[in-house]
Formats: sequence, C-alpha cells, structure tokens
Amino acid sequence: MTVHLTLGPIQYNWSRDRRLAFYQEIAASAVDTVVLGETVCFRRTPFLREAIAEEATLLLEAGKRVVMSTLALAVSAAERADVAALCGQAELLTEANDAGALYHLRGRPHWAGPFLNTYSPGTVAVLAANGAEQVCLPWELSLDSIRHIGRDAAGLRLEAPVFGRVPLAISARCYHARVHGLSKDGCQYVCDRDPAGMTVETLEGADFLRVNGVQTLSGAVHAAIHEVPGLLAAGVESLRLMPEAGDMRAVIAAFRAVTEGQHSLMEAEQEIRAATGGEVLCNGFLHGVDGTAWVDSTAA
Amino acid sequence: MTESSRPVASRPMPELVCPAGTPAALKAAVDAGADAVYFGFRDRTNARNFPGLNFSHEEVRDAVAFCHRTGVKPMVAINTFPDAADEGPWQQAVDTAARAGAHAVIIADAGVAAYAARTWPELRLHLSVQASAANPEAIRWYRDAFGISRVVLPRVFTVDQVRDTIAAVPDVEMEVFVFGGLCVMAEGRCSLSSYAAGRSPNKDGVCSPAERVRYEQDGAVMVSRLGPHVINRFGPGEEAGYPTLCKGRFRAEGQTGYLFEDPVSLDAGPILPDLAAAGVAAFKIEGRQRGKAYISTVVKSLRETLGGGAAGVTERQRFLEGGRATEGAYRKSWR
Repeated sequence: MTVHLTLGPIQYNWSRDRRLAFYQEIAASAVDTVVLGETVCFRRTPFLREAIAEEATLLLEAGKRVVMSTLALAVSAAERADVAALCGQAELLTEANDAGALYHLRGRPHWAGPFLNTYSPGTVAVLAANGAEQVCLPWELSLDSIRHIGRDAAGLRLEAPVFGRVPLAISARCYHARVHGLSKDGCQYVCDRDPAGMTVETLEGADFLRVNGVQTLSGAVHAAIHEVPGLLAAGVESLRLMPEAGDMRAVIAAFRAVTEGQHSLMEAEQEIRAATGGEVLCNGFLHGVDGTAWVDSTAA
Repeated sequence: MTESSRPVASRPMPELVCPAGTPAALKAAVDAGADAVYFGFRDRTNARNFPGLNFSHEEVRDAVAFCHRTGVKPMVAINTFPDAADEGPWQQAVDTAARAGAHAVIIADAGVAAYAARTWPELRLHLSVQASAANPEAIRWYRDAFGISRVVLPRVFTVDQVRDTIAAVPDVEMEVFVFGGLCVMAEGRCSLSSYAAGRSPNKDGVCSPAERVRYEQDGAVMVSRLGPHVINRFGPGEEAGYPTLCKGRFRAEGQTGYLFEDPVSLDAGPILPDLAAAGVAAFKIEGRQRGKAYISTVVKSLRETLGGGAAGVTERQRFLEGGRATEGAYRKSWR
C-alpha cells in the first residue's frame, strides 16, 4: 500500500509572493495532497482569497489533490461566515477544525482536522458517523495511543502529523499585537514580520516557543522520521507535514524516500536536519514524554 | 418602576454553580448558598486531577445523595479526553454518576457524550468548556448529536456574543464563568503543558503538573521552573506564584514580561446583571482546587451580588490569583 503524504496549510502570515513561490516548489514535490485555507487568524483571510484560488489552480494542474481547511477558532459573525462558506463550497473537499464545521459538513464526505480533539476510538466513531473519511490525529498523542486508535478506526483513514512546529495553543487574543503594543483589531498584521513565528525565550535565554498571531507554536520542529515505521504499523495511512521555512521539498523527499524504502531512517534524519538549517528537532509527544524531547530510538 | 422597563424580571435568576474538590468543600458550597455543585472523580477523567483532590466512586454517590437531601443540584465533571488504550474509566464515571442520580454530567469528549447518550438516555448532558464549543453551529452539532441540555461557554465571548449565541440556540441553556482563574488560551485546545512537562489538561486533567515544578533561590530572586524551563523569576517582595506556563514571564522582541497574560483573575461581578439579561441559565465559579474558605467566601459574596447587594466584593477578590480582577473577554478591552 502506498503511504499518502499530505502537506498541511501554511500557519504563518507569509506574503502572497512567498506563498506562490512556495507552492510552485510544492507542485513539483512528492506530496499527494495539499491542504489550503487559513486556520489561524481570520484577519489574514481578505488578503488570501485570491492567492489561495491561484494556488489551488496551480496545485490541481500539477496533479495534487487540494483540500480546504477551516479556522480552528471561529467566534465572531464574520469568522463563522468564513467557516460556513468553506463548508458550503462543493468544488474541493473540506477539513473541519471545530464542531461548527462538523455541523455544516454533517452527512457529507469531509476530513476531520488536527484541531479536533480525537483522542480515542469512541471519538473516531462519532466522526465517522458524521461523514468524515479521514481524521488527522492531534499532535500530543503518543504512538501507543495511535496504535489503539488504529485497531478500531471505524473505517476512517488515519493521518498523523510528522513534521513542523507543533500548534500548541490558540487564543482569542493576539500576542503578536500585544508585544508590539497594538490591539488585535488594529494589529497592522505585524505577524507577517516573523515568517517562522516570533521567538519566545525563557528568562535564562532558552529558545522555548514561537508566537504566530493568536497561535502559539513549539520552539522546536517536530520531526517524526524514526517513528514512521511504527506509525504505519499502527494503521496510519497518511502522514502530514506542515510548511516551514527551509527546504520543504527536501523534507518531503526524505519522508517519501523512507516510505518507499529507498533511504534508511538515519539518512532521512540527516536530510531533514540539512533541509531545516539547524533547527532544534523534537519527537517527544510520540514517545509519551515531554513534547520538547528528542528521543533517539536508534540508540537502543 | 414600570413592568416594561424591567424585562429581566420575567426570567428566572441564573443558578449559581459552585466547585467542590472535596466533600468538605461541597458542604461549604451548599451551606453558602450554591444552587448547584460540580465535582469529579479522583482520576484522569476530570480536568482538576490534582493530588489530594476529588471524589472516589463511593464519595460521588454520597455527595449526590447529600445534594438531593439539601435541595442542591449535583453535577459530575467528566471533562477530559479518554485514553485510547482504555476508555473504561470515562465510561464507568458516567455509569456511576447516572446510577447515583446526578442532576447532570459535564462532558468534554464527543465519544464519551455518545456513550452517555446511548447508555443513559435520560441523563442530562452538559457540554464542558473543554469541548471548546465557541459558536452556535458547534453548539447545534453537540445538541443534535447527543441531546446536550446546556453548554458551558468558552471564556472568549463578549456579553454581546453571549446574547447572540443564546438567541441563536434558544433550546440549549448557556452557563458562563463569572469568577476564578482564567485560561489564557482557548480551553481544550492547549498542549503547552505536555510540550513542556509531559502531561496536559486534555489527556491527563493536569496543567503544568506539580511533580515537575521546582522553586530555586538565586540570590534574592526566587526562580520557578516547570520541567527544565524557567517560567518566572520573583524579586524580593513579589509573591512567587505557581508556574502555570501561560502565566509566566518570557522574553520576546527584546522585551521581558508577561507575554501572554498579566496575573489577573476573572470577576464578572459588576456585569452579572448584563449576563442575566442576556439570558444565561447559570453562573459558574472556577476553583475545584481551592479550599473551603475560598468556596464559602466567594459563593456567599456572589450570592449577595446576585441579590443586588454590594457587600463582599473585597472579601472575594482577596482570593484572586495575582490579586487583580478582570472582567475578561466580556468587556473586550483587549481587542
């Protein structure tokens, strides 16, 4: 069976030019599906509508499947309307990131996104009954938990996140705006100054987190390459990578080379380290320990 | 005063829903005038899974019976997300609450809600704030799927949004937090704690786990750590608070300080009439981890405020973490 590779939506506030150049690279990459759509901040969406339409066309022409993802936290009338509009369109499959989107999509084929709390088979069964075809599991799940879900996945295709900064939290307030002394509604889109998120250090200078507008991301980059065989054995059929700065095509190629059995896990790890330009890598969540940890499963 | 100028009078007064981390706190809440009390089991099935807190299955049965004898509604919080390896404890929690005759169970997970609706069709289901139902469509989804009677609204709404949400889903009751600690992040969507220190609210019912907390003296400065990470440094005279991750001091853009939130807690006392007029069914007090004195003082004081009195505000605000009160998102001051 071929392992499916999915590229998740861009989490950062990248410029239209940067996005287009990025997706031109992705069009020639080894991913099967690209998820588009703004999941973090509704205030970014007016600038994105045309860009996303252009990107979808480009990717579809390159033979990629395109899925649209909804906002993780939709509260205001305008945010709710955005979710309703995405769920209402029938051209592309939609991925739900909150129960409001599940409401709009009930009874129709859709994907359940990583922002839904899918921790156990009981929840998977509810999502399947709602019409989900695939569920992307939450980042903090351990491989052991994923194994148990895999035994009883109610016919859903399971996807696991394997690469990218971990979306750890979302808030109604914007910390990017707060740091710059701005209100959320008058934010001047300052999050676009940090295309890999704003670095947050502890008081002793340790790199800890990234702020991305209303979202808080991990400081380290989750890179579950050594865990790929375990994930596939657990019943995971699709791997999700998140867009990051650096050579994303090389990262995708490293995962593909492992699923095709062309490169060893150690070779792939080295390729990912080279492609991410010295980022600190982590994989602790899958091992049931601190998410910040890098568990060297080759040492044993 | 004319009838027409007081449309609020036609609505029942919202009920006061109070926390109980121990049987003693439960008694204090009942004595102080709670209309309803919520509590949970001594395990991972509830979001205040702290050492020395919560109820055994037998204590839950006793607590439910005590509430019924005293005319108070017992609500059982089962508001974490089940372990994929063993959903049993969550299902047994629902079974015990239902058999004991709990007024309602407060559920976060869709799978647990489905189990409860299927197994105990007469049992009243409340949707926990941890389910993060942040818009009317989300509430409708839980209503249609599981027949939930009430939703505890996330602490991200303004008063206007509370009113609009009630109008949009009039057949589901809305409960709002009015006092206590505040999550800075959207509840039920946060893995900061497990990233830094292994355990999380969703998986384990724990945020910033106590077994990973350390305090170290650095000269005149008290340093608090969560796992290896410095969360705060307190100078002489500063009270060294618990290192809840999102409430720490960090550095970004050359600035040092409370990056996410200043140390404040919620006191919506001044706007209880606005929230009542908006049509909320219940006011919720946070703090199952707090002692009898907190429960007693806060419940009495909010009861006084609900009755139109002005007494007790200072007494209850003495118990606020950080010592400062905010009306939170309800006033939208930070937008």
